[in-house]
Amino acid sequence: MTATISLTIDGIPVSVSAGATILQAARAAGVEIPTICYHDYCTANALCRICVVEVEGARALAAACVARAAEGMRVFTRTERVTRARRTLLEMLASSVDLSEAPEIQQMMAVYGADPARYPQAERRDPPVLDDNPMYVRDYSKCILCWRCVQVCAEDAQYTFALNFSGRGYETQIATFFNHPMPATTCVFCGQCVGVCPTGALKPKREWLFQRGHTPDEIMELTRTERRRRKRSG
Amino acid sequence: MAEFDLTPLVPILEQYKPQGRSGLLPALHAAQAIYGYLPEPVAAAIGQGLGVPLVDVFGVIDFYALFYREPVGETVIHVCADPACAMAGADAVMKVLASRFELEGEGETGRTVVEHSPCLGLCEHAPALHVVGKAQAGLAPGSYAALVSPTVGLGQRPRSRVYREMDILTARCGQGRTVGLAEYRAGGGYEGLQRALALPPQAVIAEIKAAGLVGRGGAAFPTGLKWEGAAQAPGDVRYVVCNADEAEPGTFKDRVLLEDDPHLPLEGLMIAAYAVGARQGYIYIRGEYRFQFETMQQAVNEARAAGLLGSNILGSGFDFDVELRLGAGAYICGEETALFESIEGKRGFPRVKPPFPTTHGLFGKPTVINNVETLANVPYILRAGAAAYRQVGTEKSPGPKLFCLSGDVARPGLYEVPFGVSFRHLLEDLAGGVRGGRRMQAALFGGAAGAFATADHLDVRLTFEDLRAAGLPLGSGVITVFDDTRDLRDVLIRLGRFFADESCGKCFPCQIGTQRQYEILRRLAAGRLLPGDRERLLDTGWTMTDASLCGLGQTAAGAVLSAIRLWPEMFQGGL
Repeated sequence: MTATISLTIDGIPVSVSAGATILQAARAAGVEIPTICYHDYCTANALCRICVVEVEGARALAAACVARAAEGMRVFTRTERVTRARRTLLEMLASSVDLSEAPEIQQMMAVYGADPARYPQAERRDPPVLDDNPMYVRDYSKCILCWRCVQVCAEDAQYTFALNFSGRGYETQIATFFNHPMPATTCVFCGQCVGVCPTGALKPKREWLFQRGHTPDEIMELTRTERRRRKRSG
Repeated sequence: MAEFDLTPLVPILEQYKPQGRSGLLPALHAAQAIYGYLPEPVAAAIGQGLGVPLVDVFGVIDFYALFYREPVGETVIHVCADPACAMAGADAVMKVLASRFELEGEGETGRTVVEHSPCLGLCEHAPALHVVGKAQAGLAPGSYAALVSPTVGLGQRPRSRVYREMDILTARCGQGRTVGLAEYRAGGGYEGLQRALALPPQAVIAEIKAAGLVGRGGAAFPTGLKWEGAAQAPGDVRYVVCNADEAEPGTFKDRVLLEDDPHLPLEGLMIAAYAVGARQGYIYIRGEYRFQFETMQQAVNEARAAGLLGSNILGSGFDFDVELRLGAGAYICGEETALFESIEGKRGFPRVKPPFPTTHGLFGKPTVINNVETLANVPYILRAGAAAYRQVGTEKSPGPKLFCLSGDVARPGLYEVPFGVSFRHLLEDLAGGVRGGRRMQAALFGGAAGAFATADHLDVRLTFEDLRAAGLPLGSGVITVFDDTRDLRDVLIRLGRFFADESCGKCFPCQIGTQRQYEILRRLAAGRLLPGDRERLLDTGWTMTDASLCGLGQTAAGAVLSAIRLWPEMFQGGL
């Protein structure tokens, strides 16, 4: 038998089992808390902070994806502090990277009244597309650094360890060992990273070619050639 | 790619292999000492040798500012660019050096590289620089040219400037030399440890609690409670860690203790270990403090040779030993969980808290982590007793406090005073007032992560409770003074650059917010604010303060927000 915890979310009473996060408690209460980096099958690292909520008595806002619900806790998900933080976070994201293929984030921007042009003259992260293998392309101008690809490539799923980071701070980028092209790394082309990418930064090569206006025949030809070349050289 | 002779790596890998991933930073340091940088084959060999995924080795190398994956010059000069040094002419120093290297910096061998550096912790000697990791300070501008030759004038460290109203912490500091074991013991050193070993561990914790000691690193958490939490946490293995990753701009107190009297914090760490039941301790020293790493290593060696470290210490049956770790250029590693990650051989990303270090710390074990100055208080408490300790300071802020005073003061230096003296007493009576008899415009309390005070705050008493009431952080005890001629916009842009450089990039508010804040502060300094920039600074600042994952992001806008409060007219641009 597990202990039960009672708390309120925006005044709505809810009971959850011990160990549940505020995010889980909110779902149980029917209150929606937005998430970006959170993924049901990845370790929650509380990076994006879009899920922050106000917990009565706490100094800073709490990330609902990792903060545990506690007995008698009073959680507020729509206060002025919370909405300012969420709106500003979305505006900062929009000033940094290309969100054109991140429909969930675009929808959040509409909900929170976030102005995509809030930060004029901002230095954007706009590195060139990395098209270095026949399976998928990496367009880090769309990367929000949610870490999901790094995590599924490592202990969250595949134990392949092809991906980590270069740089730090705003200059951080997902990278391979000494920036080698993917076929020269430990990558096994399992596709899990592509599957969890929320912004279209990682994309199957065929989809990418299709979006660039190539006909199906051309796409078959292009990837087939690459496959042959790879086989010969391998 | 050039061929690399990997044979010199073999003994390094042999040495660190038993530690696995935790040996990664020491192995990288050792390899870089051989090759001058960390080329790919070397990184690969280290990864294979220690069993670390190669891409993780790459990620670690690229995280730390003092690890290089490209060749750098034989002579690397780091010029401090933070406020205290900037006011003392750091930009002119940089200019002199840069012009000099255009003359002599040709060719690949013997090349000299000049880099900006975050605060080097030599603020009382500003302007400061490191030449091949060695401190050079207080030199006349003309003599900087001589630094181009790596054989000139190195090995001499500037003598720390220490002033005191009391001498619990700094009695032996400021002599221009490191106090050895014999001298330390002659002055009552290790009597605190002896007294502790004669007590049950719970009684040692009770003494620390009774003394009312709170952490001196900035968070002001009660030390006794922290020890008790770790002592009572389930598990057989516990660690104690000394946080000597001093990097808050304007702070140099730990540097002075480490280089002048290293046995003092070491004794404090030993007592902490006994109190919580730890057999292994770590001292993590910032990468820029190579000299202090050596003085502390020497102290550890002396203590070990004298039977103060090792097994059955002083016949008590208590076993304990210490390992030193050298950081590699990352302010964030002063955050306790980022420091653990660094010891574990990872990028210095702070962890989500809770769980807290007292239950899940280094290697996931219950851990006590204390600042150097905090530990330096411990031997006296054990030797003289909590009651004597409480004779000093105030009821709510007992004991002595070290203040790092720099900038426009007549006598910049480290000041040991009892808690409760006024800022005016410290500045005017002890430090000789503002330099040149000028008027104080502002003082930055708590370093880059702090907040500005004005002349209205001169009579505030320097205690946790009085400063909290005045809305000022005590932080790690930094006070940087600015006279009425200084352009505070220049100070703000330096603080902004500092945080943009030092953000780890993990959580979005700090990763992007420090960059956006810096961009707006650049416009402020250039007199080109855009309409709405003040509101942008406020929203960015409050979002970092409210929503960031760790203390770095939560304080990265503190100085800016306090400046907006104090001098709103400064931000009225772009109409």
